[in-house]
Amino acid sequence: MAFVTPSSALDKYDVIVVGSGAAGGQAAYTLTMAGARVLMLEAGRNYDPQAETPMFQTNDQAPLRGAGTPDKPFGFYDATVGGGWSVPGEPYTNASDESERQFQWWRSRMLGGRTNHWARHSLRNGPYDFKPRSRDGLGFDWPISYEDVAPYYDKVEMLIGVYGNNNGLENTPDSPEGCLLPPPKARIGELLAKQRGRSLGIPVIPIHRAVLSAPLDHERIPAKLHPGNLKAQRILAGDMRNRAACFWATSCGRGCAIRANYQSTTVHIPPAMATGNLDVLVDAMVREVTVDSSGKATGVTYIDKVRKQEHHASARVIVLAASACETARLLLNSKSNHFPNGLANSSGLVGKYIMDTVGAGWGGQIPLLENLPSYNEDGAGGLHVYAPWWLYKQQLAGKLGFARGYHVEFGTGKGMPGANAPYVSDAGGRTVFGAKMKEEARRYYGSHIWFSGRGEMIPNEDSYCEIDPKVVDTWGIPVLRFNWKWSDHETRQAAHMQRTFADWITAMGGTNAKQPDASGKKAISQGGYVIHEVGGTIMGSAPGSSVTNRWSQTWDVPNVFVADGAVFASNADKNPTLTIMALAWRAADRILEEMSRGNL
Amino acid sequence: MNTPEPVRIDRRAAIKWMMAAGAGAALLGPRSLLGAPGTAPAHGYGTDPATTKPYSPGDIWPLVLSGAQRREVAALSDVILPAEGGAPSASSVGVTDFIDEWASAPYPDNVEDGRVITAGLAWLEAESVRRHGAVFADLGDAQRLGLCEEMSKDAPEGSAHEAISKFFRLFRNLVCTGYYSTPVGMKDLGYVGNVPLARFEGPPPELVAKLGLADEVRW
Ligand SMILES: Cc1cc2nc3c(=O)[nH]c(=O)nc-3n(C[C@H](O)[C@H](O)[C@H](O)COP(=O)(O)OP(=O)(O)OC[C@H]3O[C@@H](n4cnc5c(N)ncnc54)[C@H](O)[C@@H]3O)c2cc1C
Ligand code: SF4
Repeated sequence: MAFVTPSSALDKYDVIVVGSGAAGGQAAYTLTMAGARVLMLEAGRNYDPQAETPMFQTNDQAPLRGAGTPDKPFGFYDATVGGGWSVPGEPYTNASDESERQFQWWRSRMLGGRTNHWARHSLRNGPYDFKPRSRDGLGFDWPISYEDVAPYYDKVEMLIGVYGNNNGLENTPDSPEGCLLPPPKARIGELLAKQRGRSLGIPVIPIHRAVLSAPLDHERIPAKLHPGNLKAQRILAGDMRNRAACFWATSCGRGCAIRANYQSTTVHIPPAMATGNLDVLVDAMVREVTVDSSGKATGVTYIDKVRKQEHHASARVIVLAASACETARLLLNSKSNHFPNGLANSSGLVGKYIMDTVGAGWGGQIPLLENLPSYNEDGAGGLHVYAPWWLYKQQLAGKLGFARGYHVEFGTGKGMPGANAPYVSDAGGRTVFGAKMKEEARRYYGSHIWFSGRGEMIPNEDSYCEIDPKVVDTWGIPVLRFNWKWSDHETRQAAHMQRTFADWITAMGGTNAKQPDASGKKAISQGGYVIHEVGGTIMGSAPGSSVTNRWSQTWDVPNVFVADGAVFASNADKNPTLTIMALAWRAADRILEEMSRGNL
Repeated sequence: MNTPEPVRIDRRAAIKWMMAAGAGAALLGPRSLLGAPGTAPAHGYGTDPATTKPYSPGDIWPLVLSGAQRREVAALSDVILPAEGGAPSASSVGVTDFIDEWASAPYPDNVEDGRVITAGLAWLEAESVRRHGAVFADLGDAQRLGLCEEMSKDAPEGSAHEAISKFFRLFRNLVCTGYYSTPVGMKDLGYVGNVPLARFEGPPPELVAKLGLADEVRW
């Protein structure tokens, strides 16, 4: 089994997995390692990180010095293929013309999806994050608790490799011994932010990132992850040996040819393929889930994008992992006599309660960091430290004016020069040039810090996606139309972010050129901009108020599961992907159990 | 001082450029001394370009600046970023090609910048001839510097000088981008990464001590 075509695929599989990113990769991994026969359908092209990643290429070898363009919004070397803020031939629409009521949707069309270029921040949700309504009366509780998910966090961390450490902070879970890899040392600017953050009560600790700061323990981990399954252990041990540790150079957003960070294409799919149980069909755009006369799912129809033909694939169980909004779209487009409003939509909640992360930024120049001697601070190709949310008590006491927290990601240092010209002061009413400009460029290089707040959004009735009644994509599939609204909780949180960051700049000895936005309305980024969209088929404890049950299984169609972020009932400030993988593993375990009991 | 036509880095690019310039001329009608403003070709590199191979300006879209404009770009770039110490000047490390590439690119921001650049170059050319009787690239050092000093002054919004001042800021930024992203420029700036390491040691202890951060290193 391997890469297949519509004609070489089997007539029937145990499970069809739609999508190959974090969710699809994890689901396919867990299922195939346990012996299930899986067909993975991916709308994007095949992608080989070992051959295709530009590792050491410098920006002068790229068009426009690597600058972002509408074709590659995050720069020429960003790993995203076939997408970005727009995917050719696959539009989406917004119901409102006002930008603050609009949602921006980042997609890619490649094997591995957005895991090829994500920032790899891998934070666990804490206990509060699964029961937010019980804490402050807003949003929804999940039907599961931290304790239900914790064993899966452990497993995912051990499988993909995550650096970080334990600090015993409130709602910022520690990982058990043996889950984490050592955190890299902090860079000079990160140390200064840590020291000066203390005066504001802000803790700075190592972030958790899916990067191998050391080789994985291939002797210990496989047996922990696959007890009693010798074949799986052998395959995983072999695969872990083939993943090199990080060599502290090159940006992770380009992907990693030596497999030192997590991408579905370097971590999940290779061992799943090695089991012989995984067939992968790329360039296959799934149109809808099909059902029989009893309302049970039978398979999916998909478009072979290369040959421009429609096909059907059959399986006992369907796992949707196309990313939150795509999964909602697929269900809404799967209309039948049984399900006239779309599949698994008896609650009318498919597409509802989509959430992104609240984002606001602020930066400054720090005189203490000027003219420092250079050292190589590329490090792990991304952040080494961050600040977890620290005001739980004040917030619960109602002192902040907004209900949920945020964490702070920040960047400093002498990164590789590219399309942005180095900073020069241009003070004294003129554009500096000549020798003075060169001197200033050296002096200020690496002396800036940029803070990004990443906060929790509470689900609301005005933020949802639906099928656009008029627009179809190039394959004739109806597209999504988005509706969006931030509540005051989010805008006030964004204002708090900027105020805090401005104070932090001051504490580091910098001056703020302008005042932060006190309303938060200008500070807050557009919906979708942080690319942490979740919700749309939220999980719950009753069929009338949720789309899936606690196992990510749709209430209406028991052999359809949702493995991606669509099941999130809240969107904690913690970046979602680690939780997506933990829940995908858990859902896959459930599928295996139910198949073996004959229930599926 | 006479600045020669900058050497193109890649011959293929030159051929494509000549073809495009020929095709463009017919559409644009009579050309000024400086050639036509940047005509944007229809296509960029798309959403799935090969990223591992090296590119040179002109590989993907044709370069549209005329020979005279390129001489002017080179001359202006070298006033902004002259050779200094052991480091070479901007034009000698490919900045002319880069600015031509930038001004010729089909993306909306580039089209906008391309307009600013060609208009700015036209102004500078005319001004050089008016004041000194020769194009900018043929002026002496002092004359070039004088014009740059003037262009570098910030201008109040709405004033006659505003467009020139904006052009100069944009051009200066592009010269820096083009220069500091080359190996020579990265060295000059003090970027020492992009090499694999066996271990990441963090900042040197002397540096940590100098900033009073020794207590912060332990977690
Ligand atoms: C720049 C950037 C940085 C990020 N950083 C972080 C971070 O640090 N931490 C974090 O937790 N998250 C981060 N994210 C978010 C993270 O990438 C996503 O949460 C994660 O990739 C979601 O996984 P997924 O499997 O649900 O979706 P995806 O990774 O998007 O994969 C879905 C796949 O399904 C395919 N597909 C879609 N529709 C169909 C269809 N109809 N038929 C067949 N296939 C289909 C898509 O082509 C795609 O390959 C970041 C995202 C971006 C863009
Ligand atoms: S920094 Fe490390 S993990 Fe990231 S791309 Fe480079 S080698 Fe890979």
